[in-house]
Amino acid sequence: MALFRMPGETLFKKLWDAHVVHVEPDGTTLLYIDRHLVHEVTSPQAFEGLKLAHRTPRRADAAIAVPDHNVPTTDRSQGIADPVSRLQVETLDANCAEFGITEFKMDDIRQGIVHVIGPEEGLTLPGMTVVCGDSHTSTHGAFGALAFGIGTSEVEHVLATQCLWQKPSKTMLVKVEGQLGHGVTAKDIALAVIGEIGTAGGTGYALEFGGSAIRALTMEGRMTLCNMAIEAGARAGMVAVDQATIDYVEGRPYAPKGDAWDQAVAWWNTLHSDADAEFDRVVELDAAKIEPQVTWGTSPEMVATIGGCVPNPADASSEVKRHDWTRALEYMGLQAGTPIAEIPVDKVFIGSCTNSRIEDLREAASVAKGRKVAPNVKLAMVVPGSGLVKQQAEAEGLDRIFIEAGFEWREPGCSMCLAMNADRLEPGERCASTSNRNFEGRQGQGGRTHLVSPAMAAAAACAGHFVDVRKE
Amino acid sequence: MRKFSVLDGLVVPLDRANVDTDAIIPKQFLKSIKRAGFGPNLFDEWRYLDHGEPGKSNHDRPLNPDFVLNQPRYQGASVLLTRDNFGCGSSREHAPWALEDYGVLAIIAPSFADIFYNNCFKNGILPIVLDAAVVDRLFRECEANEGYALTVDLDKQTVTTPTGESIRFDVDAGRKHRLLNGLDDIGLTLLQADKIKAYEERRKQEAPWLFSGSQQ
Ligand code: SF4
Repeated sequence: MALFRMPGETLFKKLWDAHVVHVEPDGTTLLYIDRHLVHEVTSPQAFEGLKLAHRTPRRADAAIAVPDHNVPTTDRSQGIADPVSRLQVETLDANCAEFGITEFKMDDIRQGIVHVIGPEEGLTLPGMTVVCGDSHTSTHGAFGALAFGIGTSEVEHVLATQCLWQKPSKTMLVKVEGQLGHGVTAKDIALAVIGEIGTAGGTGYALEFGGSAIRALTMEGRMTLCNMAIEAGARAGMVAVDQATIDYVEGRPYAPKGDAWDQAVAWWNTLHSDADAEFDRVVELDAAKIEPQVTWGTSPEMVATIGGCVPNPADASSEVKRHDWTRALEYMGLQAGTPIAEIPVDKVFIGSCTNSRIEDLREAASVAKGRKVAPNVKLAMVVPGSGLVKQQAEAEGLDRIFIEAGFEWREPGCSMCLAMNADRLEPGERCASTSNRNFEGRQGQGGRTHLVSPAMAAAAACAGHFVDVRKE
Repeated sequence: MRKFSVLDGLVVPLDRANVDTDAIIPKQFLKSIKRAGFGPNLFDEWRYLDHGEPGKSNHDRPLNPDFVLNQPRYQGASVLLTRDNFGCGSSREHAPWALEDYGVLAIIAPSFADIFYNNCFKNGILPIVLDAAVVDRLFRECEANEGYALTVDLDKQTVTTPTGESIRFDVDAGRKHRLLNGLDDIGLTLLQADKIKAYEERRKQEAPWLFSGSQQ
């Protein structure tokens, strides 16, 4: 009998070990990639590099492509008006055709934001390594997958070799125990975590979200949470596989079937951190204490609760922070001490890979139902994450609720999350947004972004200012 | 890829934390399908007073005189000195492409965002992590002395100040080797082709559903 036993393994380690192809003496590891998601913005230079070197994709069948960042969210029958955007989407079409990569084109009902369609189609599966030339690839970790964003050189590298050079990350467990209050969502957990550890708190770590509040989340909620891991600085976020994961995946078009399904489930059921696994860092939050969150600055860590106020830079913990807060308040056009609930909004955006899934739209619709967008709100728009989400929402009548309340109901894409298409803020405009980044200029030059949950965004649209959705 | 050995470079101080890749190169320039030519639009929204668009000439655009990159004393800088969490946000490799095209070959900060840090090495840029207190001091020295330059020696892993003080930095051995020799990652990986194939064969047995493909 052994006198001691090894501590249990983390989910990260299990996923990592299953994908090791080769290890260099210094620990740098060649890791195998199971799924490669490709979109139009970060891939053209990778395909060009491949062609220049006379290489071809090692496994075109492991890749799936979709245009999402540049596509219009209004009438698409005329194609893309902006010639530069159009060329980029056409370049993706041509590259996929040349190399035999499956693409959900703009007119395909399955088209949508890359991080929405992967899970929706069963292209993202538990236990996979998933990469994409996009930082929000962390979303897919919700399935007990190791998923992270890469740059264009690495996109080319994965196309050519189906592998990536990586060093193991440190591990952090973010444990959220207890029950979330009414009207409090996964988005609020994500912002509360970032408020707690900061936007660089997760740098160098893979985050695992655990605890009873996480297990109680739907898959949509887990995706929202893992999506925001990158805003905490972590390339990867993940949640252990449980019955909710398996139920979500079952029957999806690309999910395994028959014997392969049983074989897959048997492995997937092992994809959780062992009870005695050790993490490099553990952060604990009490779910019951999390309130609806609203960001007030130009970094997701600049966040307050709906009952709070815009903070005073004099209270910042360091000189550098004081400087940042002052700059942020200036950019945001806000005074220290202003109650968050008194900040008026000009536009409202419900969408993005963080919050554009069916559950998000249901939550927003339940708040908007029977109400009207406030007169001071110039534009309130809902952009579903994919053609299939849109179809589902329409089948449930959510589109009618939004349209009757005065929201615009759009075609799927990234839209005003990053304003690469025609949807954007004008200088000085203030937006309640369900997206993930409130950086300067993110939603249009000079635009001011406040990140919130879908329910909070819908409530702000109807009130004309931020408001506590729990009191609605 | 360009080799990096010793850089003797003028330093430009960008005194902000959390500089994100949207700020380094705004989204409208991401519509390009090319790798080159992003330099004139580096920090576009801070650098110019008007709105930049791809295809628009940058020569006659109004410069923001307050932005550090526009100050005459920092023209020709190749070392960027900055604060925590540089390069956070989007994974866009257009950010290092823009820096490199502008002429920045080394970046010194107390910390970097992971994806950006990694992207730098693929583009001949050396990101250097130094202690926050040391960075703070370099800021003061740089601002006080016009023409302030640093010598970055990758092989020795040192940054040397004009007074001859030598500061050591850490860098991963594999990355250092590739950057010193300007090696192409893909070529190196393909040397492991047998191992990749063996892994795939094994996985096809263990987890066949991973190979059923996206082409239904
Ligand atoms: S929705 Fe926004 S964050 Fe998500 S992939 Fe698109 S641009 Fe990126």
